[in-house]
Amino acid sequence: MPRETTPAQDLIRGIWEENPVLIQMLGLCPALAVTNTVKNALAMSAATFFVICCSSVLVSSCKRFIPREVRISAYILVIATFVTLADMMLQAYAPVQHKELGAFIALIVVNCMILGRQEAFSSKNTVLRSLLDAIGTGIGFTIALLMLGGFREILGIGTFFDIPLFGSNFEPWVVFVLPAGGFLTLGFIILGMGYFEERKKAGNAA
Amino acid sequence: MNDKSSADTLVVTPPGAEPASQEPVEKNVSTFRLVATLAVAGILAGMLIAMVNEHTKPIIDAYRAEQLRIAVYEVLPGAARYTTFYLVDGELNPTLPDGAKEVEYKRVYVGFNEEGGPVGVAVSRGESGFQDVVMIILGFDPVGGKLTGMKVLESKETPGLGDKIFKDKAFVDQFFAGPELPLVSVKAGSGKGEPNEIDSITGATISSKTVTRIINNAVEEWMPLLQQGIPEDEQP
Amino acid sequence: MNDSSIRVTASPHVRSAESTTRIMWSVVYSLAPVVAASIWFFGPSAVLVLLASVAGCLITERLFGSVRSSLADGSAMITGLLLGLTLPPGFPLWMAFLGGAFGMAFGKLIFGGLGQNVFNPALLGRAFLQAAFPVAITTWPSKPESWWTLQGDNLALPLMSPVVDAATEATPLGNLKFGDNPVITPLTDLLFGTTAGSLGETSAVLLLLGGLYLAFRGHLNWHIPVSILVTVYALSGLFYVIGISQFPPLFMLFSGGLMLGAFYMATDMVTSPVTNKGCWLFGIGIGALVVVIRIWGGLPEGVMYAILLMNALVPFINRATQPRKFGSPPRRVAEKKKEGGP
Repeated sequence: MPRETTPAQDLIRGIWEENPVLIQMLGLCPALAVTNTVKNALAMSAATFFVICCSSVLVSSCKRFIPREVRISAYILVIATFVTLADMMLQAYAPVQHKELGAFIALIVVNCMILGRQEAFSSKNTVLRSLLDAIGTGIGFTIALLMLGGFREILGIGTFFDIPLFGSNFEPWVVFVLPAGGFLTLGFIILGMGYFEERKKAGNAA
Repeated sequence: MNDKSSADTLVVTPPGAEPASQEPVEKNVSTFRLVATLAVAGILAGMLIAMVNEHTKPIIDAYRAEQLRIAVYEVLPGAARYTTFYLVDGELNPTLPDGAKEVEYKRVYVGFNEEGGPVGVAVSRGESGFQDVVMIILGFDPVGGKLTGMKVLESKETPGLGDKIFKDKAFVDQFFAGPELPLVSVKAGSGKGEPNEIDSITGATISSKTVTRIINNAVEEWMPLLQQGIPEDEQP
Repeated sequence: MNDSSIRVTASPHVRSAESTTRIMWSVVYSLAPVVAASIWFFGPSAVLVLLASVAGCLITERLFGSVRSSLADGSAMITGLLLGLTLPPGFPLWMAFLGGAFGMAFGKLIFGGLGQNVFNPALLGRAFLQAAFPVAITTWPSKPESWWTLQGDNLALPLMSPVVDAATEATPLGNLKFGDNPVITPLTDLLFGTTAGSLGETSAVLLLLGGLYLAFRGHLNWHIPVSILVTVYALSGLFYVIGISQFPPLFMLFSGGLMLGAFYMATDMVTSPVTNKGCWLFGIGIGALVVVIRIWGGLPEGVMYAILLMNALVPFINRATQPRKFGSPPRRVAEKKKEGGP
């Protein structure tokens, strides 16, 4: 099925319709591991956003020089470089967040969402469109992480972005701060999305 | 990466369209070229990382040193300054042998008051707690055999329960009240008022006991050496 | 949704008075003495906690359950009662309600309702509560002066922390494992339930009676509780004799939630194996896990996790213990034939 897309579609596609986490189920490791607060989710999203944008631009501009046989190695090399940069810069300028995220910054390298965009899009398209695609995907990732982070922080700690919501006597639902809570929350969100999708379909059919 | 000579062998797909078929375009790419491409890319990446590292390393190191400094002064309340002593061949030495790597040596931080007299010794130690390794820095007075303070540096203990070892002020304050060593962990309210008792946190007995265990083990490890004499102040 | 179409099967048909509804309600009746005992021991708090968890289950079943699985079959009622019986008497009511709703929605309805679930819904609800509110669920208030006094902070407002300033007490298991001067609670206390603990885990005798009644009526497969109890007794006896554990085997049997778990939770018809051989495997697995968790785990009690873990293995146990078709060759022969061609 050949698809012609406009640059605007490149941008919008990744945000919701093909949301990397909620629809494509990619990049679940960071999405589950470090989203126990909105702040952590935001820091992880920012690092990932930086890496995917830089990688997409570089890969699409160098696509002429990368032989097919070693393209995956080359993509990984590019991604790993930017991840290392992001890691060092976070450590220097946001040490508290860096400590919270720990090894998961380095693990952005193996976030298949990023590698997937290189292989599926940047290696075949112009620099500008690759950047738009990367921005869209990055925003989609950010939205998903913020949804997870918001839900988990509100119930698990009783705050949103460190602002107390329920007063001092709130009983935190500890499970949502723990890794298990990530799975539960992702399940809830996907369940909710599926439910509304079904409703919409039923409404259209009727 | 500037190897333009073979660029013409690549087919560049028009923007926006996915290639109709994934035909192998290049038939014979020399192994040399594959290796060279990656090597050049690797060198460029390494240079980029080195450049950024040059810039961020001082900031990171300064932050770490600052964190350590704050922690040492926190657990040694009477200290006006402190000196790091490394354990070299069974003796405490303020300097390392030439060419030695700092991370390979155990160390103590000896705190001194304004007059240059030693007020206590701080050491850090990690042991496994309920979830993962709990890292603690503790200050104690080897002469009086009393603890002067304790700070949790790293912990993944259960939020809401085990993390009270550093969030529950009542628990933490006990370590600053000068308890005698070695510490004994008792259930809250069931102590006999002995000077070495630490009330554990209700519902987080394992985490509480981890803290006292780490402190006792650290003191046990360093006490014999320190009782032979606390090193003198280097800069009077 | 073709359930309305008429199914025609060939005769002969066996008529039986047994039905899901009947079995379920007889389980509810068999729990009556345990419920009564919990009210006797813990006062009005027990009534409130049980009501809250039952309400959580019933309301969720009513809201999200399919039309056919009405409340009348009693399964939601059992889930609510069992969940309530695993909770401490001073548990905030809003949490008990939440646990019931969670267990029902995510332990049962999400799989397609009665008969489809993998995990025991009551235990799933409790596992959620244990993970979400680890402090509240392990706070055992001491017996109040008067029977009428509410325990702990039952009436904490929704989402708010319970305020427990009353003295608390350790359960027999917690005391022996984490206490400063561990005491082995006398067996008579364990048998008749005069110890601290969850609503339904204190009186071993009544649980045993209820279980025997159900086994006699044929509503529970006696292989499961027997294999669990035998395994726990044998293993903990072995470890006690070697000197690895400080838990005497009889103490192991009658303390904590083992009786409740063995007779009422593990025997859930939906989440236990089909064959008797499978039931033995299932029970031995639960018993071994209980002993391991109690002796080496970070928690004083492990019945809940033991049963949930074995629930997850039930499909595999069923496959492994599938009986041979009558008249077919033994499996080994059949496999050989397959390998050797037609």
